[in-house]
Amino acid sequence: MVFFAASLLLIFIGLYAALVKRNLIKIIIGLSIMDTGVNMLIISLGFVKGRTAPIISLKELFKKGTWLVDVSKVVDPLPQALVLTAIVIGVAVTAMALSVVIRMYSVKKSIEIDDFKELKW
Amino acid sequence: MAELLQYFMLFLIVLMLALALFAVKTKDLLSAVIASGFISLVASIVYLYLQAPDVAMTEAAIGAGITTLIFVITVRKTKGKEK
Amino acid sequence: MRKIVAIIFLTIVGLYMLSLFAQIPFGKPYKGVSEHYVEKGIEENRGSNLVTSIVVNYRGFDTLGEVTVLFLAATGLSFLLFSCKCLREFKRIRSSLVLRTATDTLFPLILVFGAYIFIHGHLTPGGGFQGGSVIASGVMLLFLAYRKFHVNHKALSTLESLAGISFAGIGLLGLLYAKSFLANSVLPLGQWNKLFSAGVIPLIYIAVGFKVGAELSGLIADMISTTKED
Repeated sequence: MVFFAASLLLIFIGLYAALVKRNLIKIIIGLSIMDTGVNMLIISLGFVKGRTAPIISLKELFKKGTWLVDVSKVVDPLPQALVLTAIVIGVAVTAMALSVVIRMYSVKKSIEIDDFKELKW
Repeated sequence: MAELLQYFMLFLIVLMLALALFAVKTKDLLSAVIASGFISLVASIVYLYLQAPDVAMTEAAIGAGITTLIFVITVRKTKGKEK
Repeated sequence: MRKIVAIIFLTIVGLYMLSLFAQIPFGKPYKGVSEHYVEKGIEENRGSNLVTSIVVNYRGFDTLGEVTVLFLAATGLSFLLFSCKCLREFKRIRSSLVLRTATDTLFPLILVFGAYIFIHGHLTPGGGFQGGSVIASGVMLLFLAYRKFHVNHKALSTLESLAGISFAGIGLLGLLYAKSFLANSVLPLGQWNKLFSAGVIPLIYIAVGFKVGAELSGLIADMISTTKED
C-alpha cells in the first residue's frame, strides 16, 4: 500500500514537471520520473507479503510428488515480465527524445520551449 | 528484523520522493540529472524488497548507468542552464 | 497561470486515478492466467526462472515486438544525429588515471559477468535484457575512459541483425516442427535446474542478450560521438 501511494506521487511529480517546466531537458527528466513511477506501480500490483521471488530453485516450493508449483508461496511473475521489457524500451525512447533535443539546440542554440514559436498560432 | 526492513523501505520511499522534488525544483540541470539517476538506483533496491530481482538488475544497469550518461551527454552538448 | 492550470488538471487526474486504483486488490493472492503460469511453468518449460519462461516462451511474440521497437528507436536516433554538423566545438576531455586503470581492470570482468547473466537466464535472476545492458555499461566505461575510443558500427549492426534473425528463425523452427510460432518443443526439455534444459529458452535469450548489448552500445556511441571525422 505504501508503494502504491509512493508510485502515484512519483507519477504526479513527473507529470507536473512535464506540464509546467519550460526547459526541454527538464520535461524529459519529468517523463523519466513518471516512467519509474509506473514501473513501480505495476511491480507492487503483483507483490504479496511473505511470498518468495518467482525463481523455483528449491524442492520445497513444489507440491509433494509432482512438478506443479505451490501457487501460495510465489509472488506474481507476470507484472515483472512486463516491466522488464518496459525499462529497456524506456531507455531507447528517452535517448530518442534527447537526440531530438540536440537537433533542436543545433537550430536555435536554445533549449527553452518558449524560443520555438514557429508552429504557434 | 522485519520491522527494521519496513522502516528502511519507508525511508527509501521518502528519499525517492524528496529526490524527485529536488530534480524538478533545482535550476542546475546537471544536479537534476544526477538526482533522477539516483531515483532509479533507490528504485532498484525497492524492487529487490518487492521480490523482483530481475527487474532490480535491469533498473540498476539501465536506469542508474546508461540513462544518466545519456542525459549528461545531452546537457554537455547543449550547454544547458535553465533560465 | 500555467502552474495553477497544471495543478487543477493534476487534481482532476489524481482523483480519477485514485478512485480507479482503489478497486484494485493490492497484496491479495492472484488468480487467472498468472496462476497457470506459476503452477504449470516448471512442468511445461523446465526453466527455474518463471519470469524468463513468461518473457521468452508464453509471451515470446510480445518480446519480438519489443526488440523491434528498441531497434526502431536506435535507428531513429542515429538518423537524427547522422548529419548534425553543428556540434564540432564539443570536445571530450582527458580522463584521470584512476578511471583508466579501473576500466582496464574491470572491463573484461564486466563482459564475463554479462555473458554469465544471459547464459544462466533460465536458472538465476537475469537474462538477455539484463546481460545486454550490463555489457553496454561496460562499453560506456570504455567511452568515458578513452577519448579516442570508437566502436565498429558495421560489426555492431551485423551482430545485431544476426541476433534478430536467429530469434525469428528459432520461432519459425517452432512453426515448422511443432504446432505454433516460438513453440518450445523443438529441442528436448531436459531436467529441472540444469544448465542444458528448458528447450529453446536459453538460445533465444542469448540472441536477445547479443541484440540488446549491441543496440545499447551503438546508441551510446551515437550519442557520444561528435562528428563523423574525429
